[in-house]
Amino acid sequence: MNEALRELYQETIMGHNRSPRNFRAIDGADARASGHNPLCGDKLTVFLTIEDGRIDDVAFVGEGCAISKASASMMTEALKGRGTEEARSMKDEFLHLVTRDREADEAVLGKLRVFAGVGEFPARVKCAALPWRTLEAALGGRNEPVSTE
Amino acid sequence: MNAGTARTAGAPSVALDVARIRRMFPILHQEVHGHPLVYLDNAATTQKPQQVLEAIDRYYKLDNANVHRGVHLLSERATRAYEAAREKVRAFLNARSTKEIVFTRGTTEAINLVAQSWGRAALAAGDEIVTSTIEHHSNIVPWQILCEQTGATLRVIPVEDSGRLDMDAFHGLLNERTRLVAVGHVSNALGTVNPVREITEAAHAVGALVLLDGAQATPHMHVDVQAIGCDFYALSGHKMYGPTGIGVLWAREEVLGIMPPYQGGGDMISSVSFEGTTYNELPYRFEAGTPDIAGAIGLGAAIDFLEETGIEAIARHEHDLLEYATRRLGELDKIRIIGTAPEKAAVISFEVQGVHPHDVGSLLDHEGVAVRTGHHCAQPTMERFGVPATTRASFAVYNSREDVDRLVDALKTVLDIFA
Repeated sequence: MNEALRELYQETIMGHNRSPRNFRAIDGADARASGHNPLCGDKLTVFLTIEDGRIDDVAFVGEGCAISKASASMMTEALKGRGTEEARSMKDEFLHLVTRDREADEAVLGKLRVFAGVGEFPARVKCAALPWRTLEAALGGRNEPVSTE
Repeated sequence: MNAGTARTAGAPSVALDVARIRRMFPILHQEVHGHPLVYLDNAATTQKPQQVLEAIDRYYKLDNANVHRGVHLLSERATRAYEAAREKVRAFLNARSTKEIVFTRGTTEAINLVAQSWGRAALAAGDEIVTSTIEHHSNIVPWQILCEQTGATLRVIPVEDSGRLDMDAFHGLLNERTRLVAVGHVSNALGTVNPVREITEAAHAVGALVLLDGAQATPHMHVDVQAIGCDFYALSGHKMYGPTGIGVLWAREEVLGIMPPYQGGGDMISSVSFEGTTYNELPYRFEAGTPDIAGAIGLGAAIDFLEETGIEAIARHEHDLLEYATRRLGELDKIRIIGTAPEKAAVISFEVQGVHPHDVGSLLDHEGVAVRTGHHCAQPTMERFGVPATTRASFAVYNSREDVDRLVDALKTVLDIFA
């Protein structure tokens, strides 16, 4: 198996896929949104509890590939306790990281840096990005489900 | 079938020389991510032999002109080549006449043609169309649209856990309001071969017509529309070693003859004026505009390839691959095959427990093995079998037992990574 693939399916990502963190719904969430990748069947719903502009709780449910699940799981860990503006800029940097449209601020991303290798696999970028785009929709109060297409 | 020595004039030798056949397909000889390509996505589309590529190339280099309208030499040659392809299709399906052979863009357009031409004229509120749970979307959605337009109802034949149609339930669905039964000949998601003669007899007994989606059948088995007795048969060129963009609707002349036009335009008319337009005779009445001439010629060359190679030999070869692959996949833990009907074409849909199909497909791709993951344009099938998607390996004439071994080795890698 080549180096890039090894990096993609590395232990951290596989660990989050096996035991995704915050894998639950939140009853009475302040914000929620659903996202869907029709090409491969990844779908998830992101829930947020927001107090005074701060994300008190964030969780997700859904089904999908290892990349999308790990991305969602690590996203929830990274966002808890952060302000909504901070969450938005983290989302921006994550998307830069995986789409490689420009240099990402890795200091902002912390552990999420493990997804740097996804850019080697264009077909999987959408998988990694889906939870974050769904988050974006939830923060923006959008009601229509997010789709990667 | 005699596995030994009997040869009839012009028949190929009994066992396929797979190595020789592989050499006829230029695209197979490349590497993917550093590994020799193993192409197992034939139910999505097949690769093309040199003779098909050459036929298309030669047409554009020597014979290209518009058909049916010109008096110059090139247009005569183009017309002859196009109509020769139509005759090849007629013979391939054992249709009675070329009047029954309509060239379309593919199976999907053929089915839409029947729905909008035959269906809109024939159906009314209260009428019923019967289809099955395991259809490709192209044999579901046109009927849903037609039912909305006419007030007819769509009834669905359930499927058993093995992927076989529940034939008792099918017989129970038929009644005097049934006007059409539209089912696949072979399921693209599961590989199930449906009992089309039994279905046709039962449908005709209640006065219903029968449409068969033959996209996944024609590359793998002999199809004789007169023997089956159906009323419509649809096929796609690109699923049977021909180019994309061409397909066929076969329809019995008695039915096709009374169907109103589908698309209007040039070629399908006899005369046009603002006082009134008259339509052309069969089959041209259903071929509006300049057709995919090169595509039809390519399809004709693909039929030649199938006949020269021998459909029975191909069927035997693919059956051997199916058995071998089923056995080898059975040796692996955590692989569940979906679609285990007693009669199957060489298609294996499976799930790898604990691993999403998208991960399976990507990792297989990185080993050079091309399979398809997803719902295979058969979302009701996925729902029925309780899976969001499956991984599907589908075999063709140029696949070998080595290809199966490569698939199994690649799956072992997947299982290791996700252990």
